[in-house]
Amino acid sequence: MHEEVSRGTPDLSYCLADPMRIRRASFPKLQSLRPEVSGFKKAEPGGPGRAGSHGGGGEREGPDEAPTPARPGTRKCWGERSGVETESRMVVTSLKLQDLIQEIRGAKTQAQERELIQKECAHIRASFRDGDPLQRHRQLAKLLYVHMLGYPAHFGQMECLKLIASPRFTDKRVGYLGAMLLLDERHDAHLLITNSIKNDLSQGIQPVQGLALCTLSTMGSAEMCRDLTTEVEKLLLQPSPYLRKKAILTAVHMIRKVPELSNVFLPHCAQLLHERHHGVLLGTITLITELCERSPAALRHFRKVVPQLVQILRTLVTTGYSIEHSISGVSDPFLQVQILRLLRILGRNHEESSETMNDLLAQVATNTDTGRNASNAVLFETVLTIMDIRSAAGLRVLAVNILGRFLLNSDKNTRYVALMSLLRLVQSDHSAVQRHRPTVVECLRETDVSLSRRALELSLALVNSSNIQAMTQELQAFLESCPPDLRADCASGILLAAERFAPTKRWHIDTILHVLTTAGSHVRDDAVANLTQLIGGAQELHSYSVRRLYSALAEDISQQPLVQVAAWCIGEYGDLLLEWSSEETEPLQVEEEEVLALLEKVLQSHMSLPATRGYALTALMKLSTRFHGDNNHIRQVVSIYGSCLDVELQQRAVEYNTLFRKYDHMRAAILEKMPLVERGGPQADEEGKESKAAAQLSEAAPVPTEPQASKLLDLLDLLDGPSGNAQHPPPLDPSPAGTLAHLLDLPCAPPSPAPIPNLKVFEREGVQLNLSFIRPPGISALLLITITATNSSGDDVTHFICQAAVPKSFQLQLQAPSGDTVPARGGLPITQLFRILNPNKAPLRLKLRLTYNHFGQSVQEIFEVNNLPVETWQ
Amino acid sequence: MQFMLLFSRQGKLRLQKWYVPLSDKEKKKITRELVQTVLARKPKMCSFLEWRDLKIVYKRYASLYFCCAIEDQDNELITLEIIHRYVELLDKYFGSVCELDIIFNFEKAYFILDEFLLGGEVQETSKKNVLKAIEQADLLQEC
Repeated sequence: MHEEVSRGTPDLSYCLADPMRIRRASFPKLQSLRPEVSGFKKAEPGGPGRAGSHGGGGEREGPDEAPTPARPGTRKCWGERSGVETESRMVVTSLKLQDLIQEIRGAKTQAQERELIQKECAHIRASFRDGDPLQRHRQLAKLLYVHMLGYPAHFGQMECLKLIASPRFTDKRVGYLGAMLLLDERHDAHLLITNSIKNDLSQGIQPVQGLALCTLSTMGSAEMCRDLTTEVEKLLLQPSPYLRKKAILTAVHMIRKVPELSNVFLPHCAQLLHERHHGVLLGTITLITELCERSPAALRHFRKVVPQLVQILRTLVTTGYSIEHSISGVSDPFLQVQILRLLRILGRNHEESSETMNDLLAQVATNTDTGRNASNAVLFETVLTIMDIRSAAGLRVLAVNILGRFLLNSDKNTRYVALMSLLRLVQSDHSAVQRHRPTVVECLRETDVSLSRRALELSLALVNSSNIQAMTQELQAFLESCPPDLRADCASGILLAAERFAPTKRWHIDTILHVLTTAGSHVRDDAVANLTQLIGGAQELHSYSVRRLYSALAEDISQQPLVQVAAWCIGEYGDLLLEWSSEETEPLQVEEEEVLALLEKVLQSHMSLPATRGYALTALMKLSTRFHGDNNHIRQVVSIYGSCLDVELQQRAVEYNTLFRKYDHMRAAILEKMPLVERGGPQADEEGKESKAAAQLSEAAPVPTEPQASKLLDLLDLLDGPSGNAQHPPPLDPSPAGTLAHLLDLPCAPPSPAPIPNLKVFEREGVQLNLSFIRPPGISALLLITITATNSSGDDVTHFICQAAVPKSFQLQLQAPSGDTVPARGGLPITQLFRILNPNKAPLRLKLRLTYNHFGQSVQEIFEVNNLPVETWQ
Repeated sequence: MQFMLLFSRQGKLRLQKWYVPLSDKEKKKITRELVQTVLARKPKMCSFLEWRDLKIVYKRYASLYFCCAIEDQDNELITLEIIHRYVELLDKYFGSVCELDIIFNFEKAYFILDEFLLGGEVQETSKKNVLKAIEQADLLQEC
């Protein structure tokens, strides 16, 4: 059914005979805003009037609620938008509000919208200047819409004043709305409406007075409030409840702005409390609340109405059921909540008042079901009041139980307020809250993170010595699955609780271990120190700890705190690790090599932080005294790191190397087990002991040395042939002072286990030279060769020097040898690392030159290494 | 209550009622931030959140978000009831209300709100009375 579209005639859309008769385009999808309780109804597009009542379906009141408004012509008329509308728009000078809204919504881009609005605003401005005053309210309405979209509308402020001053109700309605939206106390203009408001308050008809009060209570500044006090007071006292309730709430606003006005309104409260009209009563309670919050004198004054308030609430709860004020069986929950709130303020810190309300509170608490949100709201307010006043112990327990019941409620919001409140109460009413611990722990499984966060805080607060083990179990389970932003809090919470309440040291260590494995990256920094401290102090548990840590480390080397602690432990108690203990349920057979390999893995892993590597290196070093095998492997690793790029690691490696070479006799003493550190004292630095000792032995920080040209053999003649000139390798100077070091610019590439077989390249009178090869996986051009010189003869080999030469396209770097002496009869061999870069992947050729003293003779050997495996250079 | 905002799922403001004096710029900033925060919430999350020093209570009805800012000592659950009551009033007035009703008749939405809340407090707890008042005012409107 089409509606007649007016072309160019005065706007009929506000025609009062049919206020709801508004043209509307048919939109295919319209979603109903029907309250969710009653389910959704889809609005049908188009079609003639959806007559018939909508009031019946699913209202919460029940069957006998008021029918739909009987006003004639209320039914909306759905009409189709006529295509000719666009043409008619050209004829009319400015758009009707509905059309404007339509147009703006039709704009496809921001720019289009802006243009449209600018054009319209120009029209509106023009109309304000010299347009028809009867149309002014329409223009302002359009302006208000535009303002809501975010566009400036300050030029409409004066129009608001004019409209308010107009005698027509339509004008006033829109004018006051405009004042509330556009004017506020920052604008000087706002004072200009004071007079209009005054007139309207004193002489207007009721709806107009209502508008004025509403505006005053929304945007009234302090000056305005002062000016209009008398008028408002008068309205407070006249009989119509419609105006009284508005006047009372306006008074609330005025007192907020000008506290001195309390004196004006306070005397009337007593009278107003006798009102039966809910709106007036509600306003009065609000007013009294405001007065009491502002002034202790008022508070004292109003304590005497506590019995009256109790009576009002009691009546409301027991017999005051009225359909029009109730929500899901609860009588006027808004009023109940407000009264409870006032009672809270009056009963706070006041024994007598609290006592007066005790019974009532118990009654409300027990008689209200925890069904719907409305009743929960009342119960919640009751709980808040009970907890805040001087209530009997039994009542407090009742309150906590109500909160406990809330926690079981299926509604998330109820659970949320319960958790918040319990958190506030956990200190003061600990035992009462404890009773609900299982429910709280259940809430850890909430999907909504704001709830699980509260549940976590509350759970942690509920941990005590009797429930520590059960709680830790729950919290650990939570830690495994909780969202990342809660991890850190949970981890530190568990650790803290463990520290306070751990029943046994072993349990404590287990707990920390578990936290480290689950959420290692989220623990605080001092967790590592705490754990090492703890383990160090529990001597009987050394063996247990080191085993558990070893197993954990073997599984996962990514969690840094865990790795650090494990490395430390293995270093300290490595000997215990090898022992087989019959007590263990799962005996752990561990070989020395496995342990060393694991530590090496940690050292080499790219996941290891520099600090972690430090731990691992030191641990390796300590194992050289704890383990019984030969220390080749350890020495090897330690010497590799002597040229590491990380200064800290390099220093350590150098010092340890020195320890091996020069001060071997002191090594055991230096590396013996750590004494227990005093808690709270300076935290034991792992290398505190070692580095102090080592510092005395070695020289200062490494210094790059120049390649000693004079010592360099002219190896040019060694490698003739198509490959051309040999390079001059810069040999390192093994100066007797002990300071090694040559800062190589090659990165300390972690050597990876290579399947390339070792090669024996030289043997003479018991002196043997072996080469072992490593191709690190990340750098394909790099080859690491370790030469090992062994001596099975009867005489020592001294002054041993090895030099090497490679073809031109290669780069060769020699690291410091581990020494220059190989003692007789299988004494400690010398090892040295060669680094060869082979960017062209050319076939490797290697010539070695050895010089040493043996059997009183000086020996020199030069030879090319044959049978180099092809894997060394491909 | 400090303020109430109604906005769509695209973040377009449909109604704003401020009960505290703030400059236009501040209002815009608050609106923008709050809209963003609320729209970022997942559907199953609870209706309360803490924002700046206020408590925000919001509820989504079809395509519209109703969002209120209350103070620390206010009761969140009753605020949910306030929102619900307002929606019921709109529903009664417009007859199965939808977002478009509020867009095209935003002044009416304000008028209804002003009969239910005053100065941020509930003034009338009877649905009947609120609707009656609006009815009467509508009758007074001249052409």
